[in-house]
Amino acid sequence: MSSDTTTKIPEAAAAPPPGAATPKRRVPQGHQRLLTRRDRIALGLMAGLPTILHVALVWVTALASIALAFTTWDGIGFDSIQWVGLRNFEELFEQNPQFWPAVEHNVIWFVVLIALPTPLGLFLAVQLDKNIRFSRVYQTAFFLPVVLSMAVIGFVWQLVYNPDTGLINSIIGANEPGRYIDWIGDPDLNLWAILIAASWRHTGYMMILYLAGLKGVDPSLREASALDGANEWQTFKNVIFPTLRPTNTVVLVVTIIEALRAFDLVYVFNKGAEGTELLSILVTNNIIGESSRIGYGSAIAVVLLVISLAVIIPYLVATFRKERRA
Amino acid sequence: MHHSSLGRPMPGTSRRTVLRGLGGTALLGAGIPLLSACADSSESSGTKTVTVGSNASDAVPKKGYADVYAAFTKQSGIAVDINTKDHNTFQEQINTYLQGTPDDVFQWFAGYRMQFFAAKGLASPIDDVWKTIGGNFPSAMHDLSKGQDGKYYLVPLTTSPWAVFYRKSVFQQYGYEVPTTWDAYLALCKRMKKDGLVPIAYGDKDAWPAMGSFDQINFRLNGYDFHVELMAGRASWTDAKVRKVFDTWAETLPYHQEGAVGRTWQDAAQTLVAKKAGMYMLGMFVAQQFTDKADLDDLDFFAFPEIDPAYGQDTVEAPTDGIMLSKKPKNHAGSVKLLEFLGTPQAEEIYLKADPSLIAASTKADTSGYSALQKKGYDMIAQAKHLTQFMDRDSRPDFTSTVMQPALQKFIRDPKGIDSLLSSIERQKKTIFASG
Repeated sequence: MSSDTTTKIPEAAAAPPPGAATPKRRVPQGHQRLLTRRDRIALGLMAGLPTILHVALVWVTALASIALAFTTWDGIGFDSIQWVGLRNFEELFEQNPQFWPAVEHNVIWFVVLIALPTPLGLFLAVQLDKNIRFSRVYQTAFFLPVVLSMAVIGFVWQLVYNPDTGLINSIIGANEPGRYIDWIGDPDLNLWAILIAASWRHTGYMMILYLAGLKGVDPSLREASALDGANEWQTFKNVIFPTLRPTNTVVLVVTIIEALRAFDLVYVFNKGAEGTELLSILVTNNIIGESSRIGYGSAIAVVLLVISLAVIIPYLVATFRKERRA
Repeated sequence: MHHSSLGRPMPGTSRRTVLRGLGGTALLGAGIPLLSACADSSESSGTKTVTVGSNASDAVPKKGYADVYAAFTKQSGIAVDINTKDHNTFQEQINTYLQGTPDDVFQWFAGYRMQFFAAKGLASPIDDVWKTIGGNFPSAMHDLSKGQDGKYYLVPLTTSPWAVFYRKSVFQQYGYEVPTTWDAYLALCKRMKKDGLVPIAYGDKDAWPAMGSFDQINFRLNGYDFHVELMAGRASWTDAKVRKVFDTWAETLPYHQEGAVGRTWQDAAQTLVAKKAGMYMLGMFVAQQFTDKADLDDLDFFAFPEIDPAYGQDTVEAPTDGIMLSKKPKNHAGSVKLLEFLGTPQAEEIYLKADPSLIAASTKADTSGYSALQKKGYDMIAQAKHLTQFMDRDSRPDFTSTVMQPALQKFIRDPKGIDSLLSSIERQKKTIFASG
């Protein structure tokens, strides 16, 4: 620090009185250098290291798994990598009995999250936005599941769904031969059972997003619509909801991401057995473990990547177009 | 006076403050090579130590192995450094573990899973060890310890049979008799159902127990050799012999506990404990669920009934665990000494004192301390003509976990459509076994 005035608080150093900080030791001659050699090395490291890490950990790995999708490899030594062209994909599309169900379940996951917890979360947010009594308590209660990890939610709901000793079957007496309900094993039931657990959490998430959106709505809009004689539903439909447009976009993106990365809940629940197959679980099952099928697993991962890009690219294009217009 | 890119005056000091704050980041980056350098320096363990990679993470086996290694140290003066990893994590990481810098010796399973890593050059042959310990083991154990090249790669330690478990008191109460033939077995199932019992307890949520059911029916019906051919990917899954296994299995499915795919084996075992189920076909580890001493004494088992008299009951499924030598052990001489010690009956006796749910792989081990259940299991294995290891140990694990587990779950939930299921298995098998 060059002068007393700037040492008192760190913030002051950033904006000292003009002219007070001219360096006395070394007067720059001719061309003014912005940075010394040391500075440039430091900055180079600061920018370079993260770049190297990012490229190595994100881009190289992503591109490597795309390349590996066209090979077969058991993960033992690089010389055992064999180029097989599109065979992994052919096998995946034509022979794997779990692949198409997995794609379907990822789609169902998204549709259900949009159709069920999203409107429910919006409804709760609107109610809480009215500053009713104990609003904070309700808010906390509905948001609590979001704080829990998906794996924990899986364990908790398993206790509810366990066909022999679980809460539901014990209450309705469906754990006896003859009227047995197998919530976890029956492929007609298990996906829906899991989706209820997923919605239980997602509702709170949506509620908080919408609540934040609603807090940002200009109160004068409500006043104006009240003066125009609109009832509560009309106000919501014609005034409030349209102003939530940015929030809706966020909700849509968040829900798509949730549907594509769905994994932990199902893995804990029944490891993606028949009825609950998901792409992420197929990837894991093929890659993790002894004598793994890394090439084949990568091919599934590439399919997941392509689906993600198909969703993300239109979104980015739309966003950029809007920005350019603005 | 310096100018920032924003055009506002900006003193040199502020730039330094920023750099100082961020300097830590650069230091962090520099710290990474430093840390790895530290790790290298700790490798200088003396030749008086043998390191062991252990998957015995549960309390009971962990103590058992610790006792065995302590006894070895006492006898030989060679210290044993045990590196225990969580059981499932060990299995998931075995690939990278063996390719990196593995411990001198590591605990693993007999069968194809051992042969696979042996064939990949990730384990050292131990024929010299077997010259010393060979006499301690029956011929079936010799076969189990060999790689596909005919060399020995494993010292077997413990094993335990799969069989049909039941409660003596339940059989007494209803006057049931142990069935030895398939017809008697089916008749017993029918009677149990009439008596209000679940004839066969069943839980396949973890997806592997159904493999055991398949194995039993397969080698009773088609013999040991066909089991080996099928597991090695040489026989076809669309073969009429395989079709017959599923048909035979389907005959008993109405007598199995309902909703098996949603139930763990532990929960299924509880129905046997509670005397609600009559029988349960599983490994001897089912005894772990009998926590009450009186219940445990009431537990008994019989060999899976004969289906084809040509094969009788000559094959026993007996998954065997043991220990292997890694590809480049740092202390080769010490490792050999340890393996020789582990191949002695004494080492197995020490282990089994701590873990009575298993039996010794060696026929020389003293059986006087065995429980009635252990003695019976021991006799069953000693008299067996062939020992199998379980589907996921006798075949490629990538095939069994990604193809067979979901296929068998589908079958036991809905036994219709066997033909399309089998042709799907066969198509997937071909591509997996073709990939090296």
